Amino acid sequence: MTVAEAGTFIEVVVDDQIANDAEIAKKLEEVCPVDIFDVNESDGSVAIVRQNLDECVLCNLCVEAAPPGGVVVKKLYDGTELRR
Amino acid sequence: MRFFEYEARKIVELAGIPVTKYGFCTTPEQARQAAEEIGGPVVIKSQVLTGGRMKAGGVKFADTPDEAAEHAEAILKLEINGHMPRGVLVDPKAEVKQEYYAGVVWDGTAKRPLMLFSDMGGIDIEEVARTHPDHVGRGHVSNLFPIPDFEAKQTIAATGVTGSQLNRATPVLARLARLFRENDMTLAEINPLAELTDGSFVALDAHMEMEEEAVGRQKKLLRTELQIAEDDTREPYEHSAFEEHVAAIDAADHRGVIQGKDHGFTGNLGLVIGAGGGSLTLTDAVRSQGGKPANYSEIGGNPSVAKACGLAKEVLEKDGVEKIAVMMSIVSNTRVDIVARGVIKACLELEKDPGETIAIFRIPGAWEDEGFRILERYGVEYCDRSVSLWEAAGRAVAKVQGTPEGAAA
Amino acid sequence: MSILLSKETTFIVQGITGREAVNLTRECLDYGSKVVGGVTPGRKGREVHGVPVFDTVAQAVEHHGGPIDGSVVTVPPAFTKDAVFEAILNGIKLIVIVTERIPRGDVAQMVELADRNGARIIGPNCLGLIVPEVCKMGGIGGPAKDAAKAYQPGPVGVMSRSGGMTTEISSSLTQAGLGVSTAVSIGGDAIIGSTYAELMPLFEADEQTEAIVIYTEPGGRMEAELVDWRTENDAKLPIIAFMAGKFMDDEEMQGMSFGHAGTIVEGAEDSATQKIARLEAAGIPVVERIDEIPAAVKDKLGVAA
Repeated sequence: MTVAEAGTFIEVVVDDQIANDAEIAKKLEEVCPVDIFDVNESDGSVAIVRQNLDECVLCNLCVEAAPPGGVVVKKLYDGTELRR
Repeated sequence: MRFFEYEARKIVELAGIPVTKYGFCTTPEQARQAAEEIGGPVVIKSQVLTGGRMKAGGVKFADTPDEAAEHAEAILKLEINGHMPRGVLVDPKAEVKQEYYAGVVWDGTAKRPLMLFSDMGGIDIEEVARTHPDHVGRGHVSNLFPIPDFEAKQTIAATGVTGSQLNRATPVLARLARLFRENDMTLAEINPLAELTDGSFVALDAHMEMEEEAVGRQKKLLRTELQIAEDDTREPYEHSAFEEHVAAIDAADHRGVIQGKDHGFTGNLGLVIGAGGGSLTLTDAVRSQGGKPANYSEIGGNPSVAKACGLAKEVLEKDGVEKIAVMMSIVSNTRVDIVARGVIKACLELEKDPGETIAIFRIPGAWEDEGFRILERYGVEYCDRSVSLWEAAGRAVAKVQGTPEGAAA
Repeated sequence: MSILLSKETTFIVQGITGREAVNLTRECLDYGSKVVGGVTPGRKGREVHGVPVFDTVAQAVEHHGGPIDGSVVTVPPAFTKDAVFEAILNGIKLIVIVTERIPRGDVAQMVELADRNGARIIGPNCLGLIVPEVCKMGGIGGPAKDAAKAYQPGPVGVMSRSGGMTTEISSSLTQAGLGVSTAVSIGGDAIIGSTYAELMPLFEADEQTEAIVIYTEPGGRMEAELVDWRTENDAKLPIIAFMAGKFMDDEEMQGMSFGHAGTIVEGAEDSATQKIARLEAAGIPVVERIDEIPAAVKDKLGVAA
């Protein structure tokens, strides 16, 4: 299942291939400086904290922490994306 | 942070400076008891953080404990310059032979504390310095080394004071200088320092102010000795709801700093501005061009979207605000795109059109290209560093007034 | 030439692992400054953008193999004095203190110790200083390419109590084709390491500097000190001033504090109006707008506007 949430300015999409990966979930939660990612206690999958999305500083650390295409950060104001 | 007279007395007493046997009272009955204990004529003094007590009737003499209670009752209800007293100080009416002045202040040019002493006490020291300069002794003390008595002695001797007066006044001034340093004061004054008829020296009145930045490290004096509550900040004026809300938003999140003031501002143009120097410059620029600011503010550091949004919302919600101007001097570490998100979000959450509501956005600097993209998407008029602070302020004023640009006051 | 910094200047960052310091270190390195080490007690062995971190200044000096010229201090207010004392007593002569909200008594102690040891402090509560295309010490001007936009080499020395306004003023000079010899964010506190008057002799001795621009606010006696200095010395450099905060003179604003207001008890000569009058009387024009500065400077230099 794809995990995706949108704020006013930023949308984050986590691919279904890695959304359930507990190790990646933990890494994402650690690297994000504005706490966009959380780990679901029940099954260790990735959760996105919607209210923090608009704080995204475009640091790219989440994109780099996941495999290519695993995490995509979308800028809703101009349609561009951060992905690898 | 300012202190009441009764607190300042306690501070000098703790430093080993002789004071009279006084009583701090909050009821007429306590004043009666204090007068009884003192056993003699007393003076009842209103405890307020403003001057002009004498003129306003806040200082009265009493010959008996009953009279003391009577005066205390009246003074406890007397408002002076908008201040209600915390209580009254009951002091023995002193048999004064001569009044002196002893004080310590910061000399910002020398970057050291400066001791001041005069044998013409009881009056304004600045006036004495002007009219009788040879009656004012000055001496700097080191910031690093312990303060030896002789430095105080030299300062006093420069006024011509000698004999036993010199020897009695010396430890008073030296201890005042030491307490100034140890307690992070910005002002420590004893005026008058009275020589009584029996030759002793006592501090008849004391005035102290502590540096705000140091309050956190003076817990022993403030909380234990003086029992001043943490929320008792003694601001010169009461904060408005706007100011308190902005302070709360600032405290909730450590990313960046915001501040808002609106005391004395009653306009229709909200200012979401920064940083320190930029805010002053922009406020001047808005006013000089006929604009009417609804508030003053300062954005500093690198605030979160939530903080920038919070400030903008508070400003937009003020009575009479029609538009906001978002302007800063060139920023090095404040992210333009983050502030842009914050102010736009504030408009959206209040169901206002960002393009209509934000009169101008002028923040050149870090991540400005990204910021411009966001502003364009929402139709907000923005400008880059080629437009000066003055011009940007002028455009904002013109927009909110609906007049042609460049109309100076 | 410029003052205080050269291409050879070496410095450390004290508090280097902190959020702001990590950023500022990157910026200084990108600008070409020689950041030779960092100090955060307990973090020896780490690296910040390739800069080695040490527990003590002495270790940094030993690693460098010789005296280190400067330090940028970003350590929190409760610990700044200790860090600056450590720097001074390990031979560092130029110390830029970025930290704000340091108690005045601590600042005065640092300044006195520096004085006794032939060291100079810039700040506190400042963004540092920059010699365009030569060296940047502190966050002033931001990332290297932003700093290059605002700061180009030229004949004007800039001193400002406000960090942001240092860049705003320098940018206006750069845009007008005048450039900056050295820009110093001197700090907003009531007591600072280097005042206008204290830096003037350095600018006067600098061949590259032909004019000075100062940004100033109400509060304090620094402008009076500058005027006195010029009167007593063989001052050649023309000075242009800009003063912000004139609205503070208004009656409704009495009793409030804004910006960097660090007022010291020494008379009522500190209002904006009175300061402006004193400066003008001393031959230092006070312009009303930042964008008027370049024309005023060109006028003083005898150059066409």
